[in-house]
Amino acid sequence: MAGSPLVHARGLVKEFGRLVAVDGIDFDVQRGEAFGFLGPNGAGKTSTMRIVGCISPPTAGTLRVLDLDPVADGARIRAKLGVVPQQDTLDSELTVRENILIYGRYFGLARADLREKAAQLLDFVQLSERADDPVEPLSGGMKRRLTIARSLVNDPQVLLLDEPTTGLDPQARHLVWDRLFRLKQQGASLILTTHYMDEAEQLCDRLVVMDNGKIVAEGSPLELIRRYSTREVVELRFADRPPEPAELRVDGLVDRIESLPDRILIYTEDGDHVATALHERGLETSSVLVRRSTLEDVFLHLTGRSLVD
Amino acid sequence: MSAIAAVTAGGARFLLERNLMVYRRIWLVIFSGFFEPLFYLFSMGFGLGHFVGHVNGISYASFIAPALLASSAMNGAIYDATNVFWKLRYAKVYDAILSTPVGPADVAVGESVWAVFRGLIYSFGFLIVIAALGLVHSWWALLALPAAALIGSAFAGLGVAAMTYFRSWQDFELLALVQLPMFLFSTTFYPITVYPHAIQWIVRVTPLYHAIQLLRTLILGSPGLPQLGDAAYLAVLAAVGIVIATRRIHRQLLS
Repeated sequence: MAGSPLVHARGLVKEFGRLVAVDGIDFDVQRGEAFGFLGPNGAGKTSTMRIVGCISPPTAGTLRVLDLDPVADGARIRAKLGVVPQQDTLDSELTVRENILIYGRYFGLARADLREKAAQLLDFVQLSERADDPVEPLSGGMKRRLTIARSLVNDPQVLLLDEPTTGLDPQARHLVWDRLFRLKQQGASLILTTHYMDEAEQLCDRLVVMDNGKIVAEGSPLELIRRYSTREVVELRFADRPPEPAELRVDGLVDRIESLPDRILIYTEDGDHVATALHERGLETSSVLVRRSTLEDVFLHLTGRSLVD
Repeated sequence: MSAIAAVTAGGARFLLERNLMVYRRIWLVIFSGFFEPLFYLFSMGFGLGHFVGHVNGISYASFIAPALLASSAMNGAIYDATNVFWKLRYAKVYDAILSTPVGPADVAVGESVWAVFRGLIYSFGFLIVIAALGLVHSWWALLALPAAALIGSAFAGLGVAAMTYFRSWQDFELLALVQLPMFLFSTTFYPITVYPHAIQWIVRVTPLYHAIQLLRTLILGSPGLPQLGDAAYLAVLAAVGIVIATRRIHRQLLS
């Protein structure tokens, strides 16, 4: 068993009628790894997750999940997966605790064991106090945590998380990240999709960047940043019309310039130097920000457009 | 995957468990459907029956009581099946369930069996009441409960299947448009001989007609070979409903 990947995909395709959602992708996810799909909405991330989760058959390609064939052994694979879907699918007719109990029953787990398991999981996601409350009044962050707790009820070998923190406020996001990070430290394998680069940077050991159903880059967050971006970025915003990019070239120090609708990004190894030089030239800006490169910059470079929209 | 292979349904019991969990808290709701046939029995059977007198040699109340049992089995099953629409389109209950080892056939069978189970509570209560009122005329009536379960299965299966075709709440008007005339015209309140020949054949096609035939002959004590046909017809409908529902849930949620 050791060495065989958790998920092995070659030439994976998913079509809905004439729409090609996933357009021939290859990837492997190893045991104990946190693997991410980064991309904008509509890139094919969710379709890929549904295929791996054995709730959507691929149109073409080879796929092995936990060394089994998803089409023939879907139920056996699903028994070993934990799924956190993009939209919460909590059972609104049941309480917080009952949601975990019944979900465990769907896996055929014994009722006696589930009592204790539910208590542990609710404690883990800090929902013990709400155990006997209905689900509906819970905040978005709490629902997300409950969904995560629910997905752990069968001690899954892999956790599939589709945009785990989309729509949550910053505090709620950090709490979710913290729990996912702990799971990772305990040796869990995670597969997640996101369109937040900070999420990908924090959680993923390795990730693929998806665009239009294709994988356009693969590597660790750091590798990707090194390969596709510079060390630092200067972000300029202008009150009036921005200048032509050519006017912003600072002798030999600027690697690349991207013009976005609301700002101009200057890619460079030394952001402070560039910012100072532009200031000395008397460039009129409404704001100047020097920051280190992120996956957003990688994405921008690979696809020519911004991730967050 | 063929529909037959998909109908394994070992996980159906978890759907029942889920519904029990929900209704444990709101168990009073279960009894809502119990009164409907009673109201019909008292107003039509005894009230209107006072003027009608006898039908085919028996009191009017005795004549309609088995038919009301059949329609309450139908209404109970369909009423519960309509919850499936909400769970399928809005509550996303099945989306969550299908990401576990539980499959579409489990959902279709589980929800149908639950609807039958709920309908049976009404049927049992109503049967006791009409027996106490002296409207049961034969020991054959002992078979009325299994017959009511069969009737419930047919309408639950069809009901769950129908829900997978519904797009919005407006579609429920269509359901009423089928259900109400069937209730009124499938020999519930008068014998089929009232109709001209051509119309009789239309009535004979409706599932409720067969349900009523089955229960009326059992409770009045005159079942015969045709009742095997009635039972078979209902069993086929139940099976067809489950198969359609399974395929539709599969296609809609697992695509």
